[in-house]
Amino acid sequence: MSESPIVLEAKGITKQFPGVLANDNVNFDLRKGEIHALLGENGAGKSTLMNLLYGLHKPDKGEITVNGKNAIIHSPNDSIELGIGMVHQHFMLIPVFSVAENVMLGDEAVKNGSLDRNSVAKKITDISKQYGLDVDPNALVGTLPVGIQQRVEIVKTLYRNAEIVILDEPTAVLTPQEAEDLFRIMRDLTARGVSIIFITHKLKEVLAVADRITVMRAGRVINTVKPSETDSAQLANMMVGRQVILTVDKQDHEAADEILKVEGITVRDQRDLETVHNVSFSVRGGEVLGIAGVQGNGQTELSEALTGLRSPTSGKVTIDGKDLTGKPPRIITEAGLAHIPEDRQRHGLVLSYSIADNMALCDYYHAPFSSRGVLQPKALDENARKLISAFDVRTPSAFVNAGKLSGGNQQKVIVARELSRNVKLVIANQPTRGLDVGSIEYIHSEIIKMRDRGVAVLLISAELDEIMALSDRIAVMYRGQIVAIVEAKKTTREQLGLWMAGAHVQTA
Amino acid sequence: MQSEKQSNSLIKRILQSISDASLVPFLAILTAVIIGGIIIKIVGGDPFLAYKGLIEGSFGSPELGLEKSLKAISETAVWSTPYIFAGLAVALAFKGGLFNIGAEGQLAVGAVFSALIGYALPEWLGFDLPVYIHLPLAIIVGMLMGGVWAGIVGALKAYTGGHEVINTIMMNYIALNTTSFLLNGVMKDRSPTNVIARTPLIAESARMPAIFDGLRVHWGFVLALLVAFFIWWLLNKTTLGFEIRTVGLNPDAAQYAGINVKRTIILTMMLSGMLAGLAGSIEVTGLNYRHELGFSIGYGYDAIAIALLGKSHPLGIVLASFLFAAMRNGATRMQFLTQLPVDLISMIQALILLFVAADAIIRYIYRIKSKGERVVLTRGWGG
Amino acid sequence: MDWKRFGFIALIITVLFGVVVVVGQAKQPPLLIITSMLATTIAVATPLTLGALSGVYCERAGVVNIGIEGMMLTAAFFGWLGGIYMFQIYHMDAMVSIVLGVFFAILTGAIMALLHAVLSITFKVDQIIGGTVINILAVGLTGFLNRQLFFGKGSVFGGSVPASPGVLPTIHVPITELFTSICGSSAACLENVQAVNRVFDQKPIAMGAILLVFLSHYVLFNTRWGLRTRAVGEHPKAADTVGINVAKMRYANVLIGGMFAGLAGAYFTIESVPSFEPLLTNGRGFISLAAMIFGNWTPIGAWAAALVFGASQALLINMQIYRDVIPPQWAFLQQSYIVGLTPYILTMFILTGIIGRTTPPAADGVPYEK
Repeated sequence: MSESPIVLEAKGITKQFPGVLANDNVNFDLRKGEIHALLGENGAGKSTLMNLLYGLHKPDKGEITVNGKNAIIHSPNDSIELGIGMVHQHFMLIPVFSVAENVMLGDEAVKNGSLDRNSVAKKITDISKQYGLDVDPNALVGTLPVGIQQRVEIVKTLYRNAEIVILDEPTAVLTPQEAEDLFRIMRDLTARGVSIIFITHKLKEVLAVADRITVMRAGRVINTVKPSETDSAQLANMMVGRQVILTVDKQDHEAADEILKVEGITVRDQRDLETVHNVSFSVRGGEVLGIAGVQGNGQTELSEALTGLRSPTSGKVTIDGKDLTGKPPRIITEAGLAHIPEDRQRHGLVLSYSIADNMALCDYYHAPFSSRGVLQPKALDENARKLISAFDVRTPSAFVNAGKLSGGNQQKVIVARELSRNVKLVIANQPTRGLDVGSIEYIHSEIIKMRDRGVAVLLISAELDEIMALSDRIAVMYRGQIVAIVEAKKTTREQLGLWMAGAHVQTA
Repeated sequence: MQSEKQSNSLIKRILQSISDASLVPFLAILTAVIIGGIIIKIVGGDPFLAYKGLIEGSFGSPELGLEKSLKAISETAVWSTPYIFAGLAVALAFKGGLFNIGAEGQLAVGAVFSALIGYALPEWLGFDLPVYIHLPLAIIVGMLMGGVWAGIVGALKAYTGGHEVINTIMMNYIALNTTSFLLNGVMKDRSPTNVIARTPLIAESARMPAIFDGLRVHWGFVLALLVAFFIWWLLNKTTLGFEIRTVGLNPDAAQYAGINVKRTIILTMMLSGMLAGLAGSIEVTGLNYRHELGFSIGYGYDAIAIALLGKSHPLGIVLASFLFAAMRNGATRMQFLTQLPVDLISMIQALILLFVAADAIIRYIYRIKSKGERVVLTRGWGG
Repeated sequence: MDWKRFGFIALIITVLFGVVVVVGQAKQPPLLIITSMLATTIAVATPLTLGALSGVYCERAGVVNIGIEGMMLTAAFFGWLGGIYMFQIYHMDAMVSIVLGVFFAILTGAIMALLHAVLSITFKVDQIIGGTVINILAVGLTGFLNRQLFFGKGSVFGGSVPASPGVLPTIHVPITELFTSICGSSAACLENVQAVNRVFDQKPIAMGAILLVFLSHYVLFNTRWGLRTRAVGEHPKAADTVGINVAKMRYANVLIGGMFAGLAGAYFTIESVPSFEPLLTNGRGFISLAAMIFGNWTPIGAWAAALVFGASQALLINMQIYRDVIPPQWAFLQQSYIVGLTPYILTMFILTGIIGRTTPPAADGVPYEK
């Protein structure tokens, strides 16, 4: 392997963003036909490096060579020209376009002034056959499952004759089985001479598929190793810079009475499609029920229906015996709900409000924060100061706008606000998405604290590891239905993965 | 010592923030005035004489003498009164994430109803009302009808997603057509000499007294300042204000926080319309004593310009209103001195607005770094 | 465009036409009324159609343009003014002056659009504010120049508004001629053919607008340009990653949109009547946007919606003709202020989405940040 020539090399790359040194003198090389994994936490600088290689940003310092020649990459056009293709973490696909239109965009086939959709469709079919990437060129991208959309992205790079393919966190949206399938495709591609840069933060995956692994932390390259010469613990150590406890410290705990009871609810999304069908489950005080599932299987709509952001079309939701079906958020909050929303910037915070205002976002209207309709700034400040120290929010003061905080600290503001209230039920939706390991550990321990205090916790997460580490019981969601509910101790990753992929769906 | 130092730095901070907030608007005005001067030069006028006329006409000068100068200042205050109300109307809507281009129509509706109460109520009742009942009644009815007029748009936005920008404009045309219909018909001044579309004069008991004898500035001006303070207090110190601002900045977070977003949208729009309605009511009861067709035209756009120039802050709006009022008021003297048409003022005001709205241009010209966050109002048409 | 939408359009147009037929039949035969309504509808829908097309280009590329009203107004003024200069000052032939006037109008639209593009694409100003600035600037600029150029000190026109070179001529489509031999000696037949002929005898901008509708529809959905335009309006980042210059595509489409708005402006002062008055666009730029929305951001759909508004305006115009024969129980139809409300109320009704919601381009109104 090491005998094959270097196709891409980055030397001394430095990139400064306002307030962050995203890449600090980074060296990286890729050999022909290899899978070179780039491993690091969120914010380590992996995506920045790739955006530099792909021409979306320009480096402040350093040089890039492709096939031994100095490469000047100012725009994606230059990198496409050099045979570099990239599959972005958030797909760069247009949902209302067909597969063929998406693939040809920017490199269109034109006949007599019109788009030549047929010739593109034929080329896609050829690529599909050659690499085992089955896609229908005429399908509308928005109607395809994410796994297939990812294939469209790969086809897009191959349509442009890419010889170097960058995959940015490609498994984040896949089931373990779909990920296996992706790894097969990756090996097929390398066998045909394509070189792959595989960006991820998942240790198991790099050990399974990479030929070489480069670990990044805080904008710097820590080391480049071979999978055969390392193990998970060592990689984790390199990634985080200290010993990482890979498991959550959790005592056995007796669950109490039923707090949340969901009976046969059905929910429609804003396009009026039924995304949750007849779902029933319950969560008891002092237990964590984890809902596992690939993104987009109805989890968002389910949590919206439970928290009052969306009305279910049928079914019943009760909290502590109180019927709260279709009630507005305030009534549900007052009944004892803490909600850590999926999208913290969209739902959880008002970014141009101070931390103090954000920490009273759900309670501003009653004492002590207001009196007869007039806000009480003293009470707001006091509350903020108390929570900032109790939940270790790193900020110069309570007056700083929430938008100025890092992602981890923003999430801590929400967690502080929600968990400091006197609640019976916590609904946490993707509580650690996009956070650094330190914040993840902290938020996990807070969730377990709530459980140990006898609060019912509903945890929704696409990270199977998180679900397995925190849950007492696990429910698996697939295409809007709960396909299984099991004791966490009595199941395996593989079993959950199969359910997440829709295998053995029992139609009762 | 310590506390003195702190309070010193606090004052410094406040001064700093005021100068930060007013620097760009100031430079925008300056740039517009310079470009306006170039335009005057191009069309063959004397820019210095024109601006001299503007200033003299709006604030007076030793040359004009005390009496005329006081009159000029009084007239500027008279002009600024409806601007303050209408500017607050647009600003309040901005704070709630809504763009009210309909101040013009709401103002006309407020004026029509105030005039109706003003001239017709004693006839209907068959007896005269005391001023302390008739005047407030005329103002309040006009204000409320302005609120209802805007509230319709708010309700359409909240319940159907119909975009308020187009709907407020449509409501302007509907208001214009309807008032034309009324002022040419049932509400027309029937006195034999009248040929224009206007209402009869309102009763003495519905008129607002002047503050000083011999000057036209009336108590409506004082009311405008009080209302500006009230709106500042409402927005920043009350839970209702918190709700309006939260819905304006992030409606999703507002919904999550348990705020009734639909209700808040309707309420914001109604409050905004009430302020615009007040602008009309006060003009009728304090100044013109009747409503005349076409009087409201142009106020909607001016109000937007004032709200943007004042950065949607009540104090800023009061100042911006003075500026616009001074320009309108001084325009007559400018025309007298230079024979330039009064319409030149609209040009300069449009340029001010251009540079205030596109503060990036001003920052670019004068190399000022951006500190604040960008205001985003556009949320597409889907609602 | 779904059938519900087309059905609604057909229904409204039928109702509006029906009212005129019922009222007017005392004076004229229904065929004549219908053809005359149709002819008026097509003519008065012209600026709305062009305005809606302007919106389609801008918004498909992701730039909200509520400045269409101002672009139309400015173009109407400068097109008209350009014609007058060519005719009165440079003593050009009237027809040449008129045609040059149209070009001035289109150019003016493009210049105003360039300002909007600079504001919204380069400086990333809130696009609704930017559009409002255009509208206010248009009112101020045309109001000032309209006074200054004709009545100002040292005006070349010496204190009066000079005669404009006139308006574009109607282009006669020879249907009657074609049918003369077929009809033979039947006078009734010939009369009917003449009535139908009137629908097709339109002026150049009106006819051009219809051609542009179909051309735009083809360009948008079947060419490379259209694909890229829609891509930057739906997902600019995706377009960027495949090497499409987002800013350039947006600039180009906003400029094209401006030219359409400019042509719409020319309709007012060069095709419809040979004069200018302040605020003459009267909200039609905004109604165009409603047509664009109701037409789901497609040229053909927007045209169909523009026809509805055209019909409601035609109703107002025709009611003036039949004013004297309006039956007493329909007396409100005599009130032009009340009949004149139809397009505005229709606009608000359509925006409620009761007839079915439409989906704007996903990145409409969102400045692109890398």
